[in-house]
Amino acid sequence: MKENVIIDLKNISVKFGDNQVLKDLNLYIRDKEFITFLGPSGCGKTTTLRIIAGFIEPDSGEVIFEGKKINGVPPHKRQVNTIFQRYALFPHLNVYENVAFGLRIKKVPEKQIKETVEEMLALVNLKGFNKRNINSLSGGQQQRVAIARALAVKPRVLLLDEPLGALDLKLRKDMQHELKNIQQRLGITFIYVTHDQEEALSMSDTVVVMDSGVIQQIGTPLDIYNEPKNAFVADFIGESNILDGVMLDDCLVEFSGARFECLDKGFAKNEAIDVVVRPEDVDVVESEKGMLKGEVTSVTFKGVHFEIIVDIGGFKWMIQTTDYHPVGSKIGLFIEPDAIHIMKKSEYSGIYGDYSSFSEEFDELSDPEEVEEE
Amino acid sequence: MSNRSSLGAKLIAAPYIVWSALFIIAPLIFVVYYSFTTADGSFTFANMAELGKYAPTFLRSIWFGIVATLICLVIAFPLAYFISQKTDKVQRTLVLLVMLPMWMSFLIRTYSWMALLQDTGLINGFLSKFGIDPVHMINTPGAVILGMVYNFLPYMIMPIYSVMAKLDYSMVEACQDLGGNRLTVIRRCIIPMSMPGVVSGITMVFVPSVSTFYISQKLGGGSFDLIGDVIERQFQQSYNYNLGAAISLVLMVLILICMAVMNHFTEDEEGMII
Repeated sequence: MKENVIIDLKNISVKFGDNQVLKDLNLYIRDKEFITFLGPSGCGKTTTLRIIAGFIEPDSGEVIFEGKKINGVPPHKRQVNTIFQRYALFPHLNVYENVAFGLRIKKVPEKQIKETVEEMLALVNLKGFNKRNINSLSGGQQQRVAIARALAVKPRVLLLDEPLGALDLKLRKDMQHELKNIQQRLGITFIYVTHDQEEALSMSDTVVVMDSGVIQQIGTPLDIYNEPKNAFVADFIGESNILDGVMLDDCLVEFSGARFECLDKGFAKNEAIDVVVRPEDVDVVESEKGMLKGEVTSVTFKGVHFEIIVDIGGFKWMIQTTDYHPVGSKIGLFIEPDAIHIMKKSEYSGIYGDYSSFSEEFDELSDPEEVEEE
Repeated sequence: MSNRSSLGAKLIAAPYIVWSALFIIAPLIFVVYYSFTTADGSFTFANMAELGKYAPTFLRSIWFGIVATLICLVIAFPLAYFISQKTDKVQRTLVLLVMLPMWMSFLIRTYSWMALLQDTGLINGFLSKFGIDPVHMINTPGAVILGMVYNFLPYMIMPIYSVMAKLDYSMVEACQDLGGNRLTVIRRCIIPMSMPGVVSGITMVFVPSVSTFYISQKLGGGSFDLIGDVIERQFQQSYNYNLGAAISLVLMVLILICMAVMNHFTEDEEGMII
């Protein structure tokens, strides 16, 4: 089962003072994979990255690199390199010397350094920037220098700590593509840390969703989105209506006072569960034809679709639809069996509530606690 | 609008402009004037011609200044690095300790060193308890340089420390990440990035060391006259303002030349480290 594993983290725990940052974390990372640690700030994702880089020693647990335990091995002896959140380029060196930095430490012959640096600068589209001063570069260009500098020493694994956080949206999208391309072209393992779920879904082979120092779910982006394991994952990844429900039987669930066919099996009879319905999976129909009926309380135009909030028996649903429904109109909802996803109850059940306090600003924060406080 | 704000800016700057005109520019003009005139005010090169006999004193001052500056640098750099690695609270305490001697008068500090270094002073008294023969320390070049190092060391530590304290630690991590061991981190990362502090530290120690007086009189016993002492004597004892001004002027020019050379040298060194 564990083929091509390059990094294996076993029972990792870390405490900063009284703060338990990582709790008994277990994770293996395959060679040449693009894996993303995703979670809100303070979830332990950066700490995990820094443990792999060697900047933090875990209080307990083993860090294994290609079958060898590397606890206590200092960062400069590890075959991993980091792209730092704020690039950490050397201001006293120009672009060429920044990229050459690691090679010079390794005492690579000058001719080879020149070749590698030129190759790396070409890879990140910075040909001809050799003599430029670091401080004269834009954020995006500095980011590229940082990537070139880390890749120049030919790491087995590249660690990226929220590398695109400081860039504007357009540039971020471009860099996402470029990073993915670079990863595929060079065939090295990328471990990527972000709190941006969209970034995680669009770039990764594997996503590790974390919260409060615990891995909530590991899976492909599709799994994570379609089959969230608990209310936290469902809420953090994309938009979701999370409702209390009861599993009446295999493939039959009751929520919002109605019974629905679904595809989930294997729950106990009358087991209390959480139901996830994604806003884009709901069909809006005429009021009398709907499985659920409600009144539109807010409409937001999003370009591709309208985002409407519908009050159904006091619970505010978010629905995405291409048809316009004015505030106050009565509509019906039609939900296909495959649009319903059932989750076991967890410590996160009931935390996320409905969309009654929803606003764009809170969405941006993407931090459930912040939203909850309102 | 811009006219008004620039007028405001001028008003704010006015006291400083008056101050520097009165106490910096005017004295400089006097120095130049006295340098090239005789006691009765007629133009002459005689003062400059007389300087030749002070050449050894000039050289000694510069030599002592360079040695004191280098010793300060060697002590201050590791010390500043050590301080900058501590927690904020410890850093504040250590900086306070560095500054503490400066709360006392320069004269008292120098007298204290006399008491310590004398042939029958505290240090020799301590050594004799262990049956060690008294070491002759006072009235040596070493004592004079020690006095300079002791008095001016904080001026070297502070600028280097303040640059180091502000260093982005992720640079150090980046250096380690790219394969640098501890020595490499210091050599390729910390030293080049602390250079601005080192350059201003050198300036702040070298200039007062070269032009200092009193330290050499008290700790050197008058046998290691420095140029500052000569100038003092011209003004205080010989009342030869013209010669004193001429020596001051030349000293100023020499210091400027030394600083230019040093700045050039440190830039070169930076280039070498790269």
